[in-house]
Amino acid sequence: MADQGEVKLLKTWSSLFGLRVVWALKLKGIPYESVDEDLTNKSDLLLQYNPVHTKVPVLIHNGKPICESLVILEYIDETWSQNPPSLLPQDPIQRASARFWAKFMDEKALPSMWQAFTKKGREQEEGLASIAEKLKLLEAELEGKKFFGGEEIGIPDFALGWLVNLVPVFEEILGLKIVDEERHPSLSEWSRRISDIRVIEESWPPRDKLVTKWAAIRDHFLATARASSG
Amino acid sequence: MASNNGDVKLIGAWASPYVMRPRIALNVKSVEYEFLQEQFGSKSELLLKSNPVHKKIPVLLHNGKPICESSIIVEYIDEVWSSGPSILPSDPYDRAVARFWAAYLDEKWFPNVRAAPMAATEEAKNAAVEQLKEGLALLEGAYGEISKGEDFFGGEKIGFLDIAFGSMLGWLRAVQVILGGVKLLDEEKTPDLCKWAGKFSADPAVKDVLPETEKLLEFSKILMAKMKPASSS
Repeated sequence: MADQGEVKLLKTWSSLFGLRVVWALKLKGIPYESVDEDLTNKSDLLLQYNPVHTKVPVLIHNGKPICESLVILEYIDETWSQNPPSLLPQDPIQRASARFWAKFMDEKALPSMWQAFTKKGREQEEGLASIAEKLKLLEAELEGKKFFGGEEIGIPDFALGWLVNLVPVFEEILGLKIVDEERHPSLSEWSRRISDIRVIEESWPPRDKLVTKWAAIRDHFLATARASSG
Repeated sequence: MASNNGDVKLIGAWASPYVMRPRIALNVKSVEYEFLQEQFGSKSELLLKSNPVHKKIPVLLHNGKPICESSIIVEYIDEVWSSGPSILPSDPYDRAVARFWAAYLDEKWFPNVRAAPMAATEEAKNAAVEQLKEGLALLEGAYGEISKGEDFFGGEKIGFLDIAFGSMLGWLRAVQVILGGVKLLDEEKTPDLCKWAGKFSADPAVKDVLPETEKLLEFSKILMAKMKPASSS
């Protein structure tokens, strides 16, 4: 096997963006060293390697940093192109579609979910309506396919991974159903398929810790909103 | 020759920096295309059908198949017309760096180009201007590292990051005027970027599609009138 070089991943125990990179590295069988950051006390390593955003994840390959999870995923796919699976289809039209949906997950679906989760009252209702609309589009796109890219798992699936492990946590905290079998049969089936993948299933952060963390985040945002509204 | 490329159409508008990106990319590859301009203020049936998710320009139609999102379209053009000059660098690390900065421009920097002239308060305007200047300082540094002494981020010829950033030059120049002559690109603070901007604007793939500042200024008056409700002050 070709020399991997030294691979280090800066992430946190729960970062949904970091998880994507873990899956790519594990599925491709790339050995790496994992460093969990405390974002309230950012390491010198993080500040040095991601000075622009000071965010995780950061992949450090032979001392060179790559930042932004979707950029990292494409880097991994291109650098370890000999290691299956490919994270993007070969056909240019399908590649463009995979990239389009990955971008949609991050720029449209996730912010809608964030709004639904961190707000209350009318703003929350708008957030819930927005995520419902995004899920409808995703359900339509997924219909008849095993994964968003087709037969194989790929970058858009990684980008939606939070639907599988985090949305149930949000549902528990909010006391609301966001994804269900009836409205989202394809997404529900896809979620089960994702969870069946051993390296993904093994990577989920402990659910009880996630509930504690995210409940505190919601409380913080609601308190901030109350404070600023006087 | 044109028939080998298939049928290539681009839905867009002359003033949009995002639309400019695939236009430059198609020019780099010497691919002829039909430019279908949207009317300002309305969206054509073709646009709504081709990009039902976002209903936004640009949309590339290649043999009838739509490709959306400007950076994604540029990558598609580079992959399909692979015999032409390369747009993305060949090394995976250089590609990651180019994509990183393109994402930074779209997510963090360009929103301030639009926000600055529309700011409701002096404070908000100054904050947006500060962000723009900080971003340009970062890009000045990045240019030094990435260009390695050549003219462009892409090296000897324009590449992905040149296109991503350079497509915004028209509006950057217009906004400097709108803000009363504020220097964003500054010969003292960002000398390399000033030189780069001149070379980029003159590039054969760019010069016919980069709008003139005067035209953008006229257009911005229409835009601003549409966005701000009429007020008596």
